[in-house]
Amino acid sequence: MANWLKKLGKEDSADLAKERLKLVLIHDRTNLTARVLDEMKDELIDVISRHVAIDPSAVKITMIHEGREQRLICDIPVKQK
Amino acid sequence: MTARIITITSGKGGVGKTTATANISVALAQMGKKVTCIDSDIGLRNLDIVLGLENRIVYDLVDVVEGHCKINQAMIRDKRFDTLFLIPAAQTRDKNAVTPSEMIDLCESIREEMDFILLDSPAGIEGGFKNAIAPADEAIVVTNPDVSAVRDADRIIGLIEALEKGPASLILNRVNADMIKRGDMMEADDVLELLAIKLLGIVPDDEHVLVSTNKGQPVVLNPKSRAGAAFRNIAARLTGDEIPLIDMSHKEDFITKLSKVFAKEG
Ligand SMILES: Nc1ncnc2c1ncn2[C@@H]1O[C@H](COP(=O)(O)OP(=O)(O)OP(=O)(O)O)[C@@H](O)[C@H]1O
Ligand SMILES: [Mg+2]
Repeated sequence: MANWLKKLGKEDSADLAKERLKLVLIHDRTNLTARVLDEMKDELIDVISRHVAIDPSAVKITMIHEGREQRLICDIPVKQK
Repeated sequence: MTARIITITSGKGGVGKTTATANISVALAQMGKKVTCIDSDIGLRNLDIVLGLENRIVYDLVDVVEGHCKINQAMIRDKRFDTLFLIPAAQTRDKNAVTPSEMIDLCESIREEMDFILLDSPAGIEGGFKNAIAPADEAIVVTNPDVSAVRDADRIIGLIEALEKGPASLILNRVNADMIKRGDMMEADDVLELLAIKLLGIVPDDEHVLVSTNKGQPVVLNPKSRAGAAFRNIAARLTGDEIPLIDMSHKEDFITKLSKVFAKEG
């Protein structure tokens, strides 16, 4: 179903439950809070900027899960010379 | 003969472990399998009353472990199926009355005589769970489709893996098709995506469960009950049959809902 149509109807509570659980389970499984993720991001930006020019505001750090395995994905676009 | 030892557990309490253990045990016995189910919820004895065997208890699990009786004296033979046995929990003791290694010894001592040994575990991650999981070859986690039950299921699944008893399989119990249609209950696919384990079965929320528990006649014995049919399918899957999952009708999308409204008015 088209997303704009879905927005017309009220958000289903089942979808909300799933979205909330997704976040909670990541934290339960890894003990990583949003605050720790942010700290890690700042530290990474620090280290990497020492070697190559990057735009700190473009750096993204996210946790994804494949099956029951958690994976930290860090996306750091490098500035063109 | 060497039994498969299966522990039925959950993170959150009250999700249907005892109901599942009783019904899967009866369904397996109905198929001619030799089954012993063990109530390892010491201090909160329940499996006996769900099975309707509460009046026949002389000895219990702790009596066996402490050497007050032989194991076959504590095995209550079911009155309906002569291949089904129950070892009841002690009611007046606590979970520290037995140790994980005693549970292993107890199960191993009857393993050669059985096809299946099913252990009904207490909820949670405490000593009672450790006793129940110690002898297991496999683990089944029971959950309901609500946020706290799923969250706690994830925790117990992780523990089962850490104890090298995994991967666990899942029974999603008390599913309400109408609520799924309305978008107010997570469906099996959602829960499976979150928990990332194998689905053993989906059991509908069904009033017959309480009625049959009142009578001490597990719901698999009622041919009209949908929950009973679901538990029979689960038992068949455990023996290796490939039975398709019950269709708990997926969520209707907005267009379908809309067209129904117009259909009503038209
Ligand atoms: N599919 C179902 N439909 C309707 N009621 C159900 C269903 N499954 C279980 N119940 C009811 O839910 C209640 C709890 O079930 P049960 O005692 O099996 O849970 P449990 O996980 O063993 O609980 P505990 O953690 O206390 O040991 C019981 O009243 C039971 O009848
Ligand atoms: Mg129970």
